[in-house]
Amino acid sequence: MTLVHTSVPALAVPPRDAPLEPWQRPVAIDVERLNFFYGAKRALEDISVRISSHLVTAFIGPSGCGKSTFLRTLNRMNDIIPGTRVEGKVLIEGRDIYAPGTDVVALRRRVGMVFQKSNPFPKTIFENVAYGVRINGLTRSRAELEERVEESLQSAAIWDEVKDRLHDSALALSGGQQQRLCIARALAIRPEILLMDEPASALDPIATQRIEELIYSLKSSYTIVIVTHNMQQAARVSDRTAFFWLGRLIEYGATDRIFTNPAEKLTEDYVTGRFG
Amino acid sequence: MNRDTRRRILSHVVITLCGMAILVALVPLVLVLFHVISQGISSLNFAFFTEMPRPVGEPGGGMANAIAGSLIVTLLGAVFAIPIGVMSGIYAAEYSGTRIAGAVRFAADTLNGVPSIVIGVFVYTIAVLPFRSFSALAGGLALGIMMIPLIMRTTEELLRLVPPTLREGALALGATRARAVFTVVVPAALPGILTGILLALARIAGETAPLLFTAFNNRFWSTDVTQPISTLTVQVFTYAIAPYEDWHRQAWAGALVLVMMVFICSLLARLATARMERMQRGG
Ligand SMILES: Nc1ncnc2c1ncn2[C@@H]1O[C@H](COP(=O)(O)OP(=O)(O)OP(=O)(O)O)[C@@H](O)[C@H]1O
Ligand SMILES: [Mg+2]
Repeated sequence: MTLVHTSVPALAVPPRDAPLEPWQRPVAIDVERLNFFYGAKRALEDISVRISSHLVTAFIGPSGCGKSTFLRTLNRMNDIIPGTRVEGKVLIEGRDIYAPGTDVVALRRRVGMVFQKSNPFPKTIFENVAYGVRINGLTRSRAELEERVEESLQSAAIWDEVKDRLHDSALALSGGQQQRLCIARALAIRPEILLMDEPASALDPIATQRIEELIYSLKSSYTIVIVTHNMQQAARVSDRTAFFWLGRLIEYGATDRIFTNPAEKLTEDYVTGRFG
Repeated sequence: MNRDTRRRILSHVVITLCGMAILVALVPLVLVLFHVISQGISSLNFAFFTEMPRPVGEPGGGMANAIAGSLIVTLLGAVFAIPIGVMSGIYAAEYSGTRIAGAVRFAADTLNGVPSIVIGVFVYTIAVLPFRSFSALAGGLALGIMMIPLIMRTTEELLRLVPPTLREGALALGATRARAVFTVVVPAALPGILTGILLALARIAGETAPLLFTAFNNRFWSTDVTQPISTLTVQVFTYAIAPYEDWHRQAWAGALVLVMMVFICSLLARLATARMERMQRGG
């Protein structure tokens, strides 16, 4: 792990015309001085960050540093945990999602989420993908719905494996297939932003590689934020990397620079595997 | 004797004791079944299911009205208890930390412990006295009241076993809380809830005390829910305490039919659950 930057495959090197630093791209999510509390315990301290649109941003950092917590503040998933509190602003398209009167359901429709442990519903493959489309009333006819389901399964690179068994239970799929199904399910409602919390941590190397390829192919259409424990993975799939430590954002910048030339000592120690 | 031998002997003794406990527990069950079957089978014939009771002294006849009545009263109880039991179970699981949920849970456990005769008396005062008539409806109400806590508690417990990640998955797709509960969480727990309902039915179908002064009894064929109705349990009770040899035989046959009904209900519960779970797993 010490020589992580030399093992970075070509894929992670940003294209020449991509601006290097975050503030030079259109902003999808603008977080201003965010604090987050579980009861009296502060889990996030004063986080400000601008997440660029149509790039992949990776959150890295040791276990318990608040990556998941931060990710979940971006679609207000933490709302369902009793006793939590948020301070600060999260602007998406210029609107603060924590402003009173925000339609949380509409927000979650625009900011999709894929969880660490795949969580397909105990329904058929088709019904899993159709679920979000149905409850949000996004299609008008059965034909349109079927088209949307196929399209989403194709985007998630799982169509070929399931097209003959759409009406079988989703629980009969392998772990890697289930995770791609969950990605398809999230894509089906056509979010603008896709949040992924360690989407490959429970998968074997081959399934992991498929998910990474998928992330790479999705970034032209979506703004993607991914939490990962695996630094090679962050280096391979992301354009920007944010390093968290004890609830604080220590450093944020182009992935290439974070891994080869970090400005902070803590970041350097972490990416070179000296702790965490 | 060294330590090893002593341990081995102790282990054998303990396991033997456990085995004997199982035997002691099984003996009454086997005896009851054996007794009911051996006594009941001789009086059980086709006519028992299709014919009405005959007057004293006239041999033969059956309990067709009581069998139909038992089905009707149990069904009424189910119609009454399933929606309330399932809904309150959902509430208790959803708002499990709140004071209301705690109170509801406590009330259900208390209700579960109330002797069934007390529930019979209660329903007598609220649903029999005001109308000056025993009725199948009152009997169904009494059975329903007994079923509610059973259904509520199983529903609640099974809902709590559904992984929270499923609910989060639905919420993350833009579902409201109620939507997530009714389209994802409840369906995921449904096989178990169904089993719970069927087992509650099986338990309640054998109740006598709450029916004695609610559904009462009826010598005639009746499907009118506002009229008194005959049920197997009450009929067995009536016949068993009567001084006629012939009625005693009929009572045994009735008991056998009751046991069979409970057995079929439990069997159905198993089959239905296995089937639904297979459908969900897709195996
Ligand atoms: N529901 C909760 N209630 C109270 N504290 C919590 C809760 N969830 C997380 N925390 C605490 O908040 C801090 C950040 O947790 P979080 O899950 O965001 O870390 P993480 O960086 O995602 O860790 P990991 O890499 O292990 O997933 C931890 O100290 C954790 O103990
Ligand atoms: Mg986490």
